[in-house]
Amino acid sequence: MSIISPGFGGRRRSSRPDLPPGQYLTRDFPVLSAGPTPRIPLDRWQFTITDEVGKKHSWSWKEFQELPAEDVTVDIHCVTKWSKLGTTWRGVALDTLFENIETTADYTMVHGYGGYTTNVPLEDLLDGKAWVAYKFDGEDLAPEHGGPARLVVPHLYFWKSAKWVNGIEMLQQDEPGFWEEAGYHIYGDPWREQRYQGD
Amino acid sequence: MARAAVSRRLTWRAATVREARWETASARTLVLDVPDWPGHLPGQHVDVRLTAPDGYSAQRSYSIASSWTGDGDGVELTVQRVEDGEVSTYLDDGLEVGQQLELRGPVGGWFVWRNEPAPVLLVAGGSGVVPLMAMIRARGDVRGRQPFRLVYSVRTPEDVCFAGELARRVRDDPGLDVHYVYTRKTPDGWPAPAGRLTVATLNTHGWPPDFAPDVFVCGPTSFVETAADILVALGHDPKKIRTERFGGTS
Repeated sequence: MSIISPGFGGRRRSSRPDLPPGQYLTRDFPVLSAGPTPRIPLDRWQFTITDEVGKKHSWSWKEFQELPAEDVTVDIHCVTKWSKLGTTWRGVALDTLFENIETTADYTMVHGYGGYTTNVPLEDLLDGKAWVAYKFDGEDLAPEHGGPARLVVPHLYFWKSAKWVNGIEMLQQDEPGFWEEAGYHIYGDPWREQRYQGD
Repeated sequence: MARAAVSRRLTWRAATVREARWETASARTLVLDVPDWPGHLPGQHVDVRLTAPDGYSAQRSYSIASSWTGDGDGVELTVQRVEDGEVSTYLDDGLEVGQQLELRGPVGGWFVWRNEPAPVLLVAGGSGVVPLMAMIRARGDVRGRQPFRLVYSVRTPEDVCFAGELARRVRDDPGLDVHYVYTRKTPDGWPAPAGRLTVATLNTHGWPPDFAPDVFVCGPTSFVETAADILVALGHDPKKIRTERFGGTS
């Protein structure tokens, strides 16, 4: 089914091959959050990976800063339809964080300060596909964009890139996180336009 | 959150414009007939898809302005025209009564009011009033007695959406209060100068944190950031503050 709107399309934005279906280009950096922006003092910041038997691996802010960092330039796609191309981030690859972690679990729940959660399969976090980023565009990551540090998983819709990230919990089975529970897609591939449950 | 309520596929539906009315010079309400509409909760939104004669299409999300009482197939969208916005300008200025568009929804299970007993504080910035209006209308439908307060920030009196209906509801819906904040120009005889929302505004016209109100804040990003920060500073539980931001998009 496709309904034609006569006269529509005169103001269209340029379509380009690097835009997933249903997305449009923005130069701004809009914000999507479910609640107030948490403010996290760096001396209390901590990032923890909890494996499936409950063993914890934690980093303080200082320890985290001492890990090898990478500069990446990636396109990001929000489920609210905006995409932003060529964004630059600095952060620690998840491969680095998982280096000494032995796990047989295939799924993860990512947690953020403020109580946000989102589920991501482990294979979508590894092999250079995801980072915990603390700089955007060369500057410290602003609180409203998830600072001091957020997950960046650019190949999935941006709600998977948890703001104010503080941990990853390993799961044997996939479980829905915050937006997934509220009707959004369990996986969220923008190129397959997996916005909502059942897409 | 109810998992069962959302475990259905969202398909595109044809919607027909039954009626259209201007709320302000730049915001128009579209009354849409949507056959077999499954119903919605106040605060939810829909995705709208427009297709040009050459096949080009664009999608945007819009909050639903109407409540849903279980009868009637349809939704009302109140669309604020965005400068240069390819979809909003068409919905406001190009679309005519009788014409069709595609939509799917309802979407969103978080920024919704479910007729809970707690007092409610609604904080609107500009066209962020739309989903909050759906909550006020839903409360009116069920003759709810929950104390409701709306703090509504607009640039000028001419920018107020739903002005007449809000005045009528303040008179007729027991326990509903509306406080306006004018940021650029006030009505004649208004007791305060034009200015932005402050700690004093929300301290005076919101609920005390001790009442544990459910708080809904909707508006442009910078407005929501400010309002939510003030509410947290006043002692409201961050988990009781639900936000919906828009900005830089059209």
